[in-house]
Amino acid sequence: MTPDRLDAVFGALADPTRRAILARLAEGDANVAELTTPFRMSQPAISKHLKVLEGAGLISRSRQATARFSHLEAEPLREATDWLARYRAYWEESHTRLDALLAALQHDQRDRPG
Amino acid sequence: MTARSRSQQKGDSIVGTTKVTAEPGLPFIDIERAFDAPRELLYRAYTDPQLLVQWLGPRRLEMKIDRYELRDGGQWRYTHNEADGTAYGFHGVFHGTPSPDGIVQTFEFEGAPGHVSLDSLTFEERDGRTIVRAHSAYQSVEARDAMVEAGMQTGLDEGFARLDELIARQAAPVG
Repeated sequence: MTPDRLDAVFGALADPTRRAILARLAEGDANVAELTTPFRMSQPAISKHLKVLEGAGLISRSRQATARFSHLEAEPLREATDWLARYRAYWEESHTRLDALLAALQHDQRDRPG
Repeated sequence: MTARSRSQQKGDSIVGTTKVTAEPGLPFIDIERAFDAPRELLYRAYTDPQLLVQWLGPRRLEMKIDRYELRDGGQWRYTHNEADGTAYGFHGVFHGTPSPDGIVQTFEFEGAPGHVSLDSLTFEERDGRTIVRAHSAYQSVEARDAMVEAGMQTGLDEGFARLDELIARQAAPVG
């Protein structure tokens, strides 16, 4: 995978809706209407996400009669999840824990007199 | 406009969002995160071993600090421990006197020995919030990639694990 492509993949994966769309497509191909239902989003909003995913090479789209079906392209996703996405997840989880710790420490400070 | 500058604009130090940048072709990784706390407190959370073990690393791994000499030339070592006793070790040395202005240290994952990074941490307070920036410089792009990949075998995130399973199922030959 070229570095630019890797950038595009990480950019596409940064959004939780797009990750959820990929998880849905891992179960099988789907058209825009089928993807719109579980996400409570408008079709144009979903289409926008699909365009980003397609640009990153994470999905391909084909036309069957009047509907366009999206298909998961697993290989770039595998490379990305094996790599920096996990590194980010490690720090994301640590930082969320740190948020809680900082809140608790500040709470203690406020409660202590003087 | 490159993908990088787009993502930088998007992730401008919003509290609660960890921004990780790994530029193609450069042996660096940058992490940026804003916290709703003053800088002195952030510095304490990063340098007091009793506080550090409460947040660093995945929740399911127990963190143990063997050594934490917070001074110029001081050594540090900690492990992330699985419930089954498997331990992942990390160690390094502080360079310069650590202070809220910054911490400079070497960092080595013992699962990828010889791949040492030089990490610089800064704490910038703005309107009661603190932006923490970590810049890691590796020996080469390849070393960065190998190190991150090896290190992340330990921090396997459950959300991604689930996604991995789906992908594996998808990629497996049908029949």
